[in-house]
Amino acid sequence: MFAVEKYHKAHSVAEAVRLLAADPFAVPIAGGTDILVKLREGHREYANLVDIHAMPELTPITLEPDGSLAVGAGATFTQVIESELVQRHSPVLAEGASWVAGPQIRNVGTVGGNICNGSVCADSVPPLLVLDAELELQGPDGSRRIPLRGFHTGPGKVARGHAEVLTRIIVPPAPTGSFGAASIKYAMRQAMDITTIGCAASILLENDRIQWLKLAFSVAAPTPVRCPAAEAAAFGQPLDAATIAAVQAAVAADVSPRTSWRAPADFRLHIIRELAARAIDKAAARSAQPGRSTA
Amino acid sequence: MSHTITVTINGKLESAQVEPGMSLLDFLRAQGLTGTKQGCGVGECGACTVLVDGTPVDSCLFLAVWADGKAVRTIEGEARGHELSPVQEAYLEAGAVQCGYCTPGLVMTTTAFVEKHAGKPVSREDIRRGHAGNLCRCTGYTTIVNAVESCLKK
Ligand SMILES: Cc1cc2nc3c(=O)[nH]c(=O)nc-3n(C[C@H](O)[C@H](O)[C@H](O)COP(=O)(O)OP(=O)(O)OC[C@H]3O[C@@H](n4cnc5c(N)ncnc54)[C@H](O)[C@@H]3O)c2cc1C
Ligand code: FES
Ligand code: FES
Repeated sequence: MFAVEKYHKAHSVAEAVRLLAADPFAVPIAGGTDILVKLREGHREYANLVDIHAMPELTPITLEPDGSLAVGAGATFTQVIESELVQRHSPVLAEGASWVAGPQIRNVGTVGGNICNGSVCADSVPPLLVLDAELELQGPDGSRRIPLRGFHTGPGKVARGHAEVLTRIIVPPAPTGSFGAASIKYAMRQAMDITTIGCAASILLENDRIQWLKLAFSVAAPTPVRCPAAEAAAFGQPLDAATIAAVQAAVAADVSPRTSWRAPADFRLHIIRELAARAIDKAAARSAQPGRSTA
Repeated sequence: MSHTITVTINGKLESAQVEPGMSLLDFLRAQGLTGTKQGCGVGECGACTVLVDGTPVDSCLFLAVWADGKAVRTIEGEARGHELSPVQEAYLEAGAVQCGYCTPGLVMTTTAFVEKHAGKPVSREDIRRGHAGNLCRCTGYTTIVNAVESCLKK
């Protein structure tokens, strides 16, 4: 038996917000794949649950009038991977989601939970960071929209108000032209393993020059990060070995890998540099594919 | 604080009282359905896999209240009397069972996998990825992949 002390099923986002606002110790539970493990481990701070599991309001994946992709925070990884809209609009998000755990966890775990748990190893976060995704949160004072970049404020910490529910993750339209994106996970096993280093890149090329590069990592710093120094090193440069080397040199300024039982810091930095090159390569290859301007 | 849930288990509609902290696994076992096994209890081994509306989930990490209004399939519902399901039969023929602890979970995963991929091209790599949420300590997996492959050919 999980040590659940209070339990309320919310039937709408508005009701969930009300229930959260009424109880300073309540937390929303979506797929529960993080929370139930925490409860099993005896963490009492997850004992008061506001249940938003499979709430119909939170699951749709839609295309907005401005061409943005809106992913319901309660969509499971499987729903994201199998969504035709995601495949067409931002396949790199499906790629990132497909790295998560195994099928059973992907069938239940949600993208919203992956973002809101604040974990530094969240596999859906690097792809969303290089797509400049925004978050829509609903709270007692209404709805607000903020960039995902900056939402993670420390290990396990996010800028979500206590009574706020993440409702949608919004991915702006991909630029027209030679655009590509890729997401890579480095872990000890190919499946059912937490990420050692995760990397995503998106790139826009024009006349073989890098219009811009966006690079993001998980597990490379206390929070998932974008890489301003590495991105600046690529700006306006030709896509060649010298530029990749410059990006690899610059990325050290963007990350602060630490030593854990999974990998020592210097090995992590080595992987970070290697994955940066591979992700850029993969993103660029996709940008060049005829008839596939979005990736 | 208990809740009433109405759930179809292996085709039979049941009504029951559950505590909100009860896992679907504990609920099923309390109903006498002990075919579903607990290994790790934290979503890593897949021994507790059941199908909820046709979708494989780890029942150890799934609240019983979430099964309200759904159809749950467990290993007990797969055989028809003494006749094994095609997936069970394939596991038997391929020698994909050793100690058998992982088998109920794997059979449920395979059952959903085969239903989802019927008529589509599937590689051995796809089969491995599709079964990555189920650990087996004994068989070395090759016979399991063989069993799944033979189901897809039927
Ligand atoms: C065996 C196993 C393997 C795993 N492997 C991976 C992996 O490879 N990669 C990976 O990234 N993760 C992995 N995870 C972690 C987990 O599956 C994911 O983080 C998942 O996305 C969590 O989503 P959930 O809906 O289950 O979250 P829950 O457990 O329901 O919630 C997680 C947190 O988010 C909050 N929350 C959830 N939804 C909302 C919302 N809409 N608004 C506000 N707050 C919300 C909750 O209050 C809680 O703090 C694994 C977990 C297990 C058990
Ligand atoms: S017992 Fe549920 S996954 Fe191991
Ligand atoms: S047969 Fe023993 S665990 Fe799989």
